[in-house]
Amino acid sequence: MEENVVLTARGISMTFPGVKALDNVDFTLRKGEIHALMGENGAGKSTLIKCLTGINDFEEGEIRIDGIDGPVRNHSTRDAQNKGISTVYQEVNLCPNLSVAENLFIGREPLTKLHTIDRKSYNKRSMKIMDDLGISVDVTQNLENYSLAIQQMVAIARAVDMDCKVLILDEPTSSLDDEEVEKLFNLMRRLKEKGVGIIFVTHFLEQVYAVCDRITVLRNGKYVGEYPIAELPRVKLVAAMMGKDLDDLAEIKKEEKDYSKEPMEIAAKGLSHAGTIKPFDLNIHKGEVVGIGGLLGSGRSELARCIYGADKAQTGSLDVDGKQVKINQPIDAMNKGMGMLPDDRKAEGIIADLSVRENIILALQAKRGMFKQLSRAQQEEIADRYIDLINIKTSSKDTLVKQLSGGNQQKVILARWLATDPDFLILDEPTRGIDVGTKSEIQKLIVKLASEGKSVLFISSEIEEMLRTCSRMVIMRDGQKVGEIDHDLSQEGVMKAIAGGES
Amino acid sequence: MKAWNKIKSWPLLLPIIALILVMTVNIIHDAATGVNPMSFFAISLRETTTNGTILYGRIIDIINRGSEVAILAIGMTLVVSASAGTDISVGSVMSLCASFMCMNLAGYGVSSTTTLAKPLVVGLLAAVLMGVVCGAFNGTLVAHLSIQPMVATLILYSAARAIGLLLCNDLIVYVRNPSFAFIGAFLGPIPTPIFITAFCIIIVSIVLKKTALGMYIQSVGINAKASRIAGLNSKLLIFLAYTLCGAFAAIAGIVASSRITSADSNNIGLYLEMDAILSVALGGNSLGGGKFNLAGSIIGAYTIQAITTTLYALGVSSIQAPVYKAIIVIIIVVIEAPPFKAYIRKFAASRAAAKGVKA
Amino acid sequence: MNNKFKAMKSFNSNTILLIITIVLFVVLYAGGCIAYGAKGFTHFQTFLNILITNAGLICVACGMTCVMLTGGIDISVGALIAMDCMMLAVGMSKGIGAIPMVLLVLVVGVIFGAVQGFLVGYLEIQPFIVSMAGMFFCRGMTAVICTDQVSITEKINATFYKWANSKVTIPFGGYVNNKGKYMAPYVRPGVIVALLVLVVIFIMLRYTKFGRSLYAVGGSAQSAAMMGLNVKKIKMGAYMLSSILCSIGGVCYCLNTMAGSVTQALGLEMDAISSAVIGGTLLTGGVGNVIGSFFGVLINGTISSIVKTNGKLASSWPNILTAALLFVFIVIQSIFAALRARRK
Repeated sequence: MEENVVLTARGISMTFPGVKALDNVDFTLRKGEIHALMGENGAGKSTLIKCLTGINDFEEGEIRIDGIDGPVRNHSTRDAQNKGISTVYQEVNLCPNLSVAENLFIGREPLTKLHTIDRKSYNKRSMKIMDDLGISVDVTQNLENYSLAIQQMVAIARAVDMDCKVLILDEPTSSLDDEEVEKLFNLMRRLKEKGVGIIFVTHFLEQVYAVCDRITVLRNGKYVGEYPIAELPRVKLVAAMMGKDLDDLAEIKKEEKDYSKEPMEIAAKGLSHAGTIKPFDLNIHKGEVVGIGGLLGSGRSELARCIYGADKAQTGSLDVDGKQVKINQPIDAMNKGMGMLPDDRKAEGIIADLSVRENIILALQAKRGMFKQLSRAQQEEIADRYIDLINIKTSSKDTLVKQLSGGNQQKVILARWLATDPDFLILDEPTRGIDVGTKSEIQKLIVKLASEGKSVLFISSEIEEMLRTCSRMVIMRDGQKVGEIDHDLSQEGVMKAIAGGES
Repeated sequence: MKAWNKIKSWPLLLPIIALILVMTVNIIHDAATGVNPMSFFAISLRETTTNGTILYGRIIDIINRGSEVAILAIGMTLVVSASAGTDISVGSVMSLCASFMCMNLAGYGVSSTTTLAKPLVVGLLAAVLMGVVCGAFNGTLVAHLSIQPMVATLILYSAARAIGLLLCNDLIVYVRNPSFAFIGAFLGPIPTPIFITAFCIIIVSIVLKKTALGMYIQSVGINAKASRIAGLNSKLLIFLAYTLCGAFAAIAGIVASSRITSADSNNIGLYLEMDAILSVALGGNSLGGGKFNLAGSIIGAYTIQAITTTLYALGVSSIQAPVYKAIIVIIIVVIEAPPFKAYIRKFAASRAAAKGVKA
Repeated sequence: MNNKFKAMKSFNSNTILLIITIVLFVVLYAGGCIAYGAKGFTHFQTFLNILITNAGLICVACGMTCVMLTGGIDISVGALIAMDCMMLAVGMSKGIGAIPMVLLVLVVGVIFGAVQGFLVGYLEIQPFIVSMAGMFFCRGMTAVICTDQVSITEKINATFYKWANSKVTIPFGGYVNNKGKYMAPYVRPGVIVALLVLVVIFIMLRYTKFGRSLYAVGGSAQSAAMMGLNVKKIKMGAYMLSSILCSIGGVCYCLNTMAGSVTQALGLEMDAISSAVIGGTLLTGGVGNVIGSFFGVLINGTISSIVKTNGKLASSWPNILTAALLFVFIVIQSIFAALRARRK
C-alpha cells in the first residue's frame, strides 16, 4: 500500500436486479484528508459507501485498509467498525428510545467489576464528549426528545469517539443549520489534523469547497475521476457530474406567454397542514407550469400534498376550475381532475409487484370505481397506448413494474396519471434518480402537456429544470410560502430567493 | 430450461406437489397394510339409515371435511393479501357465531331442543351478522388504528370463545332439528357442506372477476401508501377484507355447528386458524401480503384436510395432529424465507463454480 | 428550555402507562376489598394467594416482556408450559427424580427457544407465525407424550410433593380466624422463584449489555445493526430467554397444579401478553419494563380472584375482562403512537 493511504478500493462492481449500480469504480483515501465523493442522484455514491461499510456485498474488486494485510471484505457494519471505518448516514441511524449516552456507547459500554453496565461512567464520558463538541444536551434524556440536528450531531459524536481511521459522512449536513454545519466543519478539521481520513458526501457545492481537499466524481455507477480541489472549479465539477448530455436539455424552452388572463385552474386560500406547511395562497392558471423552489424540507412537497389531499388540509379553502371543493383524500382530488406523481417513487409511486399494465390503469380504475372494471382488452389498449406514447422501455406490458429501471418506473407512473386525462398534474421530483435522457423526455412532456391546456405544478431539486419549463416559480422556506417570481426567472434570482436573508 | 422456469413460476406448483405427496403417502400406507392401494380414490354408494343413499369414499370425506377450512381460506387469503398479516381469530369467531346462532335457535339458557325457537333463517343471519361484527372489529383495529394484524386479532382470539360460552350460559347447546342438521348433512347423495363451499367459492370468484376488488386488494397489500395516492381508499379496503373474513368465519361456523347439531364453544373451530393460515401459505401465497391466488389457497385447504385425514388414518389422534402440522408450517415458511432462499442461491452458485473449475 | 420541556412531555408519555397500570391495580384491589371484605378479601393472604397462583405467569410475563421489547411476540408459552408439566408428570411417574426432571425441562426450554429464535432472528420469519407453530407443536407434543391427565402424588415423587406443599411463612400481616387461631401468612416456593426471576430480569434489562441491546433492537433494528449490534443473535437470545423463563415458570406452574394434561395453561400466552401490554410494554418494541408486567400480572390475578370470590359469575368472565383490558391498552398505545408521529 502506498504511503499515507488509509483506504483503497479498486475495480468495485456491483449489480442490483436490473441495474449495474457500480461498474469498476476506484477510490483512494489518504491520511488526514477530507475527500468529497460527488455525483448526481443514482451515481452510485451510497452504493459505494455501503460496499465499504459491509452493508452491500460487492461482486468484483477489492478493498484494502491501512494496517491490514490483503484485501478486506466487510460483512457487517460491525466488521467495518472493527477495522476502523465509522459511518454517519443521511438518515439518523440511532435508537430514538434510548438515552443520548446509551446511543453513544451501545455495543461498547464500559463495564463494572460485576460485568454490569457502568451507567455513571458512561454518562460522565458522554457529557464530556458532547461538551467537547459544544453541544448542550442532557445525555440521560431519550434521543427522540431532541431535534433531528442534535440527533445527527450525536451520531457524528458516536462515530468520532470510536477511534476511527476512516470517517464516512453521508450527507450529514442536510438537516443542520449554518451554525451547526460550521461546528461540524471545525470538528472535521480537528479530526483531519489527527490523521483521520474523512469521506464526505454532500449535495451542497459550497460545503465541498469549504472543507474538502480532494474530489472523486462518479456518474451512472462509473468512476469519472479524482481531482485535487484546486484543479476542479465548480463549473468543471458540475460538468463532470452531469456528463455531456447537457446540450440536449438546453433545447427545451417554453415559449414566453402571459397566463394571467387565462381562466383559473387552482385557487388555494390559506391551506395548511399542522406540522408540515403553514397557510398559503396559490393560484394556477390553465396551461401554466408553476415550479416550486426551495430546499429539501422547505415544505415544497408538503404544499403539493396539501392541495392534493395526500395530507388533508386543515384550514383554508380550495377552488378548482372556479368551484369550491372539499378534498379529504386523494380520490376526491382525482375526481376534480387532479393527479400527483409523488417524490418517493418506491414508497408512494409504484406498486412493485403489479404489472406495468396494472400500474398504468390503476388510477383510472380507481376513478371509475370498483364495480366498473375496465375489461382486459381496454386495459391492454390503454397500456399499449402509453407505452408507445411516452416510450416506456419494458419487455412486455405484463412485466412486473419492479423489474423496470428507475426512469421507466417513473414513466409508468406518469402514464398512470396521463391515462386519467387530468386537468392539473402535480409532479414532485419526477426526474430524481433517473438518467439524463429520460430527464429531458419528461421535461419535454411537461411543456407539451401545458401546451394542451393542462396545468402543472412542478417540483425539482434542480433549478435549471424548472427554469426551462416553468413560467412562474413559488419560493418556499421553512414550511412557508415566502414569495413568487413571475418574470426574469434566473438561476441566481431563484437561488437568492430560496436562500432568503437581506443580502 | 425455459419450460422448467415456467413450471417453477407456476403459482399452483407448491399446493399440487403437496397434494400429490399426501396421496402418495396414502397409497404407500394402504399398500403396506395390505389394503388395495387405490382404495384412496374409490368412491361408492352406501345405504345409511339416517341419510338414505350417500356417496362414500376417502376423497368425498376429505372434500366434505375440508369445507370449513376452504371457506376460512377464502377470507384469510384476502386478509393476508391486503394487510400482510393474518387473522388468528377465525377459529374463535367460528365458535362465537355458532354459539350465537344456537342461542337464537334454541332460546337463551335452553341446553337442548328439537324445535326451533326462531326461524332457521334468523339464526343463520344472526351468525353471519356476528361474524361481520367481529370482522369489522378486527378491521377497525388494523385499518384505522394501525395495530399489527396478529395482535389486533389476538383480542378476539382469546375473548370470542369466552363470549360464546357466556351467550350459551356456560352450556353446550344442542339444536337437534332436521332443518338445521341438514346444513351439515346431505343433499341427495352429496354432503351439503360441499355445496355451501362451492357456492362461496363461485360467488367470490365472480366478484373478483367482474369487479376491480382483486386488483384493489393486491395493490393495497403491496403498497398501501402508493395505492392511496393513486386514489384507492386503503383503510376501507383493509377493513373490508377483515369484515369479509369475519363473514366467512361465520359461514364456516354454521357448517361446523350443524355437523354436530350443537354449539360446543370449546371445540368448534379449534386450531382451524392454523389450518386456514397454512392453506394460504401452502397455496403459494406470500404471508408478506400483496399478490394472491385464491385457487391456490383452496387447493391448499383441501391438501391440509387430506393431511389431517391421512394423519388420522395413520393412527395419529386429533390432539396430536398439531405437531405434524406445525412442522409442515415451519418447513413452508423456511422455504419461503428470503434469507433461506439467498443461502440456497449462494450454495448453488458455489456448487456451480466448483463444477466450473473442475471442467 | 424548549428541550427540557419536550423531555418532560416524553417522560410522561412513556411512564404514563405504568402509572395507569399501578393505579388500576390499586383501584381494582381496593374495589375487591370493599365489595368482598366479608369474604376475606382484605386479608394479606388473599394478596399472597394471587402471587402463589400466578408465580408461573410472572416468570412467563418476564420472558414475554423481553421478547416484546425486541418488537416480537411469543405465543408458544402456554403450550410450552403444558408440555413442561406433562414432561414432569410423566417423567416422575416413570420414576425419574425431581431434580433431573426439572433440569431436563429447562434444557428442553433452551433447545425449543433456540429453534424459535433461530427462525425469527436468522431466517427472519414473522415471530407470530413461528411461535404459533411452536404453540401447536408443544400442544400436540403434550398429547404425544400422554393423552390422559397425569397427577403427581406424594407416592410418585416425594421430593416434588414436598416442594409443592412447603410454606414460607411471613412474620407479619397475619389474622385470627373465626376459630380463634392465628393464621400466619405464607407463600409457596414458586413465588420465591418468580420474584427472584423478576429481580434478575429487571437488573438484566437495566444494567447489562444484552438487556440494553434488547431495547436498541426494538427501538430500531436497522439502527442497532448500523451501530454494530448483532441483531440476529440478540433476537435469538430474546426467544431463548423467553423459553427458558417459560420453562422455569412451567415448573412453578406444575408445583401449583401437580398434574400434566393437554389442556393445561390454555390461553396463558394471552395472560402473559396482556400483562406485559397493560404494564406499558409497547407491542412495537423498544419500550417496557418487567415491573410494569408484574403489575399487569397482579391485575389479571386480581380480576380472577374477584370473579372467584364472587362465586356467581360465569367462568369465562376473567378471559373476557383480560381481553377487554388488552383492547383498551392497545388502543391507548396506538393513540400515543399517533400523537408521537404527529409531533414529528
